[in-house]
Amino acid sequence: MVSTSSTDGGAAPSTLTPVLTDNWDAERSWTLAAYEAGGGYAALRKALSTLQPDEIITMVKDSGLRGRGGAGFPTGMKWSFIPQDNPNPKYLVVNADESEPGTCKDIPLMMASPHTLVEGVILSSYAIRANHAFIYVRGEVLHVVRRLRAAVREAYDAGHLGKDIHGSGYDLDLVIHAGAGAYICGEETALLDSLEGRRGQPRLRPPFPAVAGLYASPTVINNVESISSVPSIVANGADWFASMGTEKSKGYVIYSLSGHVKRPGQYEAPLGITLRELLDLGGGMRDGHELKFWTPGGSSTPLLTPEHLDMPLDYESVGAAGSMLGTRALQIFDETTCVVRAVLRWLEFYKHESCGKCTPCREGTWWLVQNLAKLEKGEFRRDEGEQILDLLLDQCDNILGRAFCALGDGATSPVTSSVQYFRDEYLAHLDGGGCPFDPAASTAWAVREGVKQ
Amino acid sequence: MSEALDSKAIEELRQIAGRYPQARSGLLPMLHLVQSVQGRITPEGIETCAEILGISAAEVSGVATFYTMYKRRPVGDYHVGVCTNTLCAVMGGDAIFERLKDHLGVGNDEVADERAGDKATVSLEHVECNAACDFAPVVMVNWEFMDNQTPESATQLVDDLRAGTPVQSTRGPRLCTWREAERVLAGFEDGLADEGPAAGPASLVGLEIAREQGWTAPATAPGKGE
Amino acid sequence: MSEPVATVTLTIDGVEVTVPRDTLVIRAAEQIGIQIPRFCDHPLLAPAGACRQCLVEVALPGPDGSLRQMQGPPGRMKPQASCTLVASQGMVVNTQLTSAAADKAQHGVMELLLINHPLDCPVCDKGGECPLQNQAMSNGQGESRFHETGGIKRTFPKPINISEQILLDRERCIVCQRCTRFAAEIPGDTFISLLERGAQQQIGIAPAADGEHGPGDLSVNGEPFASYFSGNTIQICPVGALTSAEYRFRSRPFDLVSTPGVAEHDACGSAIRIDHRRGKVMRRLSGNDPEVNEEWITDKDRFAFHYARTPDRLKHPLVRDAATGELRAASWPEAFAVAARGLAAAKAAGGVGVLTGGRLIAEDAYAYSKFARTVLDTNDIDFRARPHSAEEAEFLASEVVLTMPVTYADLEKAATVVLVGLEPEDEAGAIFLRLRKATRAGRTKVVAIAPFTSRGLAKLDATVLLTAPGEEAAALAALAERAGVTVDADTVVLAGERLATSTGALTAAADLARSTGARLAWVPRRAGDRGAVETGCLPNLLPGGRPVGDAAARVDVATAWGIDAVPGAPGRDGDAILAAAASGELGGLVVAGVGLEDLADPTVARAAIDAAGFVVALELCATDVTRAADVVFPVAPVTDKPGMFVTWEGRPRTFEAVFDVPGSLPDLRALAGIADELGRPLGFRTVTEARAEMMQVGPWDGARAAAGTAPPAKPRRLAANRFWLAHWKLMLDNGVMQVGDKALAATARAAVVRVSASTAAALHGASAVTLTGDRGEITLPVEVADVPDDTVWMPSNSHGSGVLAGLASPGSSVTVKGA
Ligand SMILES: Cc1cc2nc3c(=O)[nH]c(=O)nc-3n(C[C@H](O)[C@H](O)[C@H](O)COP(=O)(O)O)c2cc1C
Ligand code: SF4
Ligand code: FES
Repeated sequence: MVSTSSTDGGAAPSTLTPVLTDNWDAERSWTLAAYEAGGGYAALRKALSTLQPDEIITMVKDSGLRGRGGAGFPTGMKWSFIPQDNPNPKYLVVNADESEPGTCKDIPLMMASPHTLVEGVILSSYAIRANHAFIYVRGEVLHVVRRLRAAVREAYDAGHLGKDIHGSGYDLDLVIHAGAGAYICGEETALLDSLEGRRGQPRLRPPFPAVAGLYASPTVINNVESISSVPSIVANGADWFASMGTEKSKGYVIYSLSGHVKRPGQYEAPLGITLRELLDLGGGMRDGHELKFWTPGGSSTPLLTPEHLDMPLDYESVGAAGSMLGTRALQIFDETTCVVRAVLRWLEFYKHESCGKCTPCREGTWWLVQNLAKLEKGEFRRDEGEQILDLLLDQCDNILGRAFCALGDGATSPVTSSVQYFRDEYLAHLDGGGCPFDPAASTAWAVREGVKQ
Repeated sequence: MSEALDSKAIEELRQIAGRYPQARSGLLPMLHLVQSVQGRITPEGIETCAEILGISAAEVSGVATFYTMYKRRPVGDYHVGVCTNTLCAVMGGDAIFERLKDHLGVGNDEVADERAGDKATVSLEHVECNAACDFAPVVMVNWEFMDNQTPESATQLVDDLRAGTPVQSTRGPRLCTWREAERVLAGFEDGLADEGPAAGPASLVGLEIAREQGWTAPATAPGKGE
Repeated sequence: MSEPVATVTLTIDGVEVTVPRDTLVIRAAEQIGIQIPRFCDHPLLAPAGACRQCLVEVALPGPDGSLRQMQGPPGRMKPQASCTLVASQGMVVNTQLTSAAADKAQHGVMELLLINHPLDCPVCDKGGECPLQNQAMSNGQGESRFHETGGIKRTFPKPINISEQILLDRERCIVCQRCTRFAAEIPGDTFISLLERGAQQQIGIAPAADGEHGPGDLSVNGEPFASYFSGNTIQICPVGALTSAEYRFRSRPFDLVSTPGVAEHDACGSAIRIDHRRGKVMRRLSGNDPEVNEEWITDKDRFAFHYARTPDRLKHPLVRDAATGELRAASWPEAFAVAARGLAAAKAAGGVGVLTGGRLIAEDAYAYSKFARTVLDTNDIDFRARPHSAEEAEFLASEVVLTMPVTYADLEKAATVVLVGLEPEDEAGAIFLRLRKATRAGRTKVVAIAPFTSRGLAKLDATVLLTAPGEEAAALAALAERAGVTVDADTVVLAGERLATSTGALTAAADLARSTGARLAWVPRRAGDRGAVETGCLPNLLPGGRPVGDAAARVDVATAWGIDAVPGAPGRDGDAILAAAASGELGGLVVAGVGLEDLADPTVARAAIDAAGFVVALELCATDVTRAADVVFPVAPVTDKPGMFVTWEGRPRTFEAVFDVPGSLPDLRALAGIADELGRPLGFRTVTEARAEMMQVGPWDGARAAAGTAPPAKPRRLAANRFWLAHWKLMLDNGVMQVGDKALAATARAAVVRVSASTAAALHGASAVTLTGDRGEITLPVEVADVPDDTVWMPSNSHGSGVLAGLASPGSSVTVKGA
């Protein structure tokens, strides 16, 4: 069942608002021809002929667009930090490293409609007066790299990129840069080091990238979805964008639903929709099962439970519930899932991906994994249980806010939130000497094959 | 075993460095190119990149060992990565990985023995979240998506790869070899961008519902729309 | 907006402190005696913020003036790394002393640092002086929760050699990156790097070629950590992860006694610390002198000290037995008597010349200077045991003695530093590091007149004016034009001692300085060189810079010494002394610390020693000179006496004796004994007495010697197929003071011949070449460099008997053949 609208009277606003996803079902949507046929690059032409760079910055500011890469920083404000009197060249870098577990929106966007991003890059670069832009895309998505390269080539051929774009006197070069497998390179300063051909380890701040970023020059780094939102803002205006969403969380975003739901996938909606609404749209949980826990925005955002089903998925509400909106990566787990197993696996991820630079993250994840692994296998005595859980929380206390960057902070989220909500389940592992769950029951094919629940 | 970096490769390495305002930025793609020529990161490749960029071999080693995609030992013609990050693992990734280990007789990050009659080799690795959670469980072959796998489909997949039977990515072209893939990552187009669909089915579910319901974003002027 | 203030005031643990802007909180705390624990922080390295040990609680005044705690994850105090946080006005810092949260954060980090650290302190070289050990005691917990919960430590296979000298024990490493940051920032030798990622992250070097360690094993032995400064990493490593082959397992810190010293291997005057046990030097460390070497020393300063304890060290005086003609042991009094008699006779038979080498402490040099003038009645004295010239002696008298035109600090302030006849990385390590600091800060541009872009010059990002040896004067004249720099009062010119062999070069440097206002300093190679100039071990200078040619100056010295007069006739220089001894014009020689192979013509020198009627040698070890001498006095190494070296800047550097070894006497004591025998006592018998007299004699306040004019340029023509030979001594080579240090020698740079690309092409890709000069030939591997087409380069003393003894005379040319 689909719940439609919460407002009475007048035309009900749409629950889903495809903008970025709107052309994904178009024939050969990734090509320049298809994109332009759908009105693509009109915003660019309009901007280059009628808008000053600062006007675009103002538009983006007024739209209320906040970064879609996780932290939600206001995009227009970030752009306005670029010191225009700095003699160094300015750079725009698009963060297309999408590696946060659960996050899977930028990749399909770039696969289906790379030109949306390319147009966004040109508009954004024009706004901050950059003549060189980079898309740093994670290396493990070959076909996305192909589509991006082809799109950039087409854009050059069409005169959207290169020298004196459409006679405006504005020059822009855009390089597609493939990474090589490191989650930390999504962290913006690590990304810059990586893009400079170094180990992707985060940098000290200050100086912030806006002042000294790529090649120690003023640099804006934005997420794929943030930059891809710019053409629609330029085309339709700041008010149009701001008319969607909530008071402080404006506009539309892509919500990614995955896991134990009937119809996992991408749902583009105004900020503030609830998980209940999204689940309804997607046909609910898989048959015969119920929601146990979920992440609102990737594994680095503290877990939530069914009690949060009606919480609006905007920055403020999720924050108030003790978690973070993050990347709106809604990973949904039903009651067949062992939370200890889930958390251990995430921690193994953080341990594997810790860059190694700082002590709390490097050593802390190493140790947390050992304790979680023993908990999962029931290798502690039952009477030690409470003490071990307290130790887990204390380990997290020694990492959270002590690490060099937010990777370490993120690693603690699944642990602390799961202990908060599922303390008994941890202890249950010590009762029976191991995990009481059957992993087969959680698999995608379990329902189909009628595996016991 | 690994081919030497010939003058063409060295020329291409220089070309990559030349794409950037500062040459060192080319290092990651350069190492991808080394892999495409030599099948892995070799000491020679490290030395060559160092020389071209005017940095030390130790610095290049530091970079080469930081990133998971750079391989110190050769991988198969088809490098099969099973996502075992939490969501995929729970949805069946763990089971798929176990089945493949068993089926191929290898451990993590190992190349399966080449059997008589095989046309290609296969290596196996478990990988972290590959941004395809709505298609879980996911298997990557040479960094192309093989969505919604099961243990059975995955064993069939590796059998086909070994036998030389063409395999199409669920969201991409017919699978190319690992070395060919590395060349694309190094920045050399292979003409396959137009293969495969625009989007997989899961990517389109929201859009389909919107289409069914007639939902759209508001018209340009707020209030005047709809 | 108000003007930015030069200082800020903040409160740390309730104490107000005012510090210069841009001061880090950790430094501000030090100023009021609050020690915040730290590992990655090092005051001379850029902040990293990696270890997170130095966390403190911080609050800042908000716009309304009220304090706001710095927060991280929402609602939670975020402790700040005090080693990266810049102090700001009104900031309130609470360290572990006053903030329970900061204390907890520090304990938490310490616990995490220790979970993977081995418990091998009892066998670790660092045990007893280990910051990790110490801070674990003061800031750690008692028992290990990791251990209690059955934690499994990370392990690595045994220590690996990252060079022949340096070993890395990866289990002990806490990846603070001090070593890699040092290597990258200070000397620019990026041969060590972080490898791998996360918990596996480790320090390492580039991979070995395939085969040895299996394909592509990137973490074991390969291109080594080849740095002249590598030993500093051991010293700054806050754990025992880095050790030296030299010192490993040899001693424990608490068994050692430390004495400060001054390094004797170059003219830099670097502060060192000598750690010893029962009369033996166990190791040497860098001292900390912000004015001179900061906290860094060269590997030679650190590791080369065994020369003082080699088996051929002389133990007692020797005299030549009249009956057998052989040297035999003698008592000190007998040796004094024999020497005195012999010198008296030699003096009568034409006179005695004095050659003092360049390694003497200033007090000993002073004693030789006085001995020559008052006992031997001669100005035939020269410390320059290397190719030299009259032009140079004039230059030293008119431009160098008594001056201190440039200090290390000045190098950092200069807009341009011109190097001529000086390769600082090889010849003056502390200068090199200071120049690198200056250039990295973007304040200073280095311009070098040199035969090729050496690695050191490349690391200084120097503009190199490629110049064949001998053409430096012309290059200096064309400097502004060729280098595109303005030479003015913001310019410093550093002229190396090698310029003595380049006619007109020193004069050209002096002229340049005079005409532009640039400051000029002379940089010799040896620790005693500058002191020898100041004390008058030159034919044209008396102590305190008094010109021999100035009658008033002579009277001044004579008065101070209480004698009638000092000789007024100009003396012979070193080459002339040797020539006169060989021809019989001179009756005898006093030779102290001279290596014959360093002299302009080793063969002539050897012949002169053999021919001289009477030779007194003062030496540490048996040499060709002592073997030919008539009387030999063993002298004390620097560890056995107090002394003073004068740096290239002109800065006196005094040090105390490390050991009190009976019978190990300074040169001046032997000279005093001879002088006493001859009835002309020197007036001092100890270093302290000599120094006091030196100070009393003081500097000359009369007119300096007039500037010389450049001698007429000799016609320089290169015959067809010949090449000018450029050469200098590498820091690590076959020098006598590096004897016995195997691991150190193994880190020396390879001896190669450098030729231009076109010369190489003419050699048809030969991998080795034979150079043939007027003294012999040598064959070495060849490398292409940016040397001028008419020039080849090789190291002076890294191969065979060295360039001067075995290949070519100073300033001559060679032929090049593929070998
Ligand atoms: C460990 C870590 C991983 C991150 N990964 C990504 C990523 O893959 N993609 C992304 O856009 N932002 C990522 N971020 C956030 C970026 O640091 C940065 O905030 C973002 O790119 C800014 O763009 P936005 O303002 O448009 O969101 C990550 C942050 C951290 C700490
Ligand atoms: S070897 Fe020592 S100095 Fe280097 S990173 Fe490890 S602990 Fe720090
Ligand atoms: S000393 Fe401050 S983080 Fe290491």
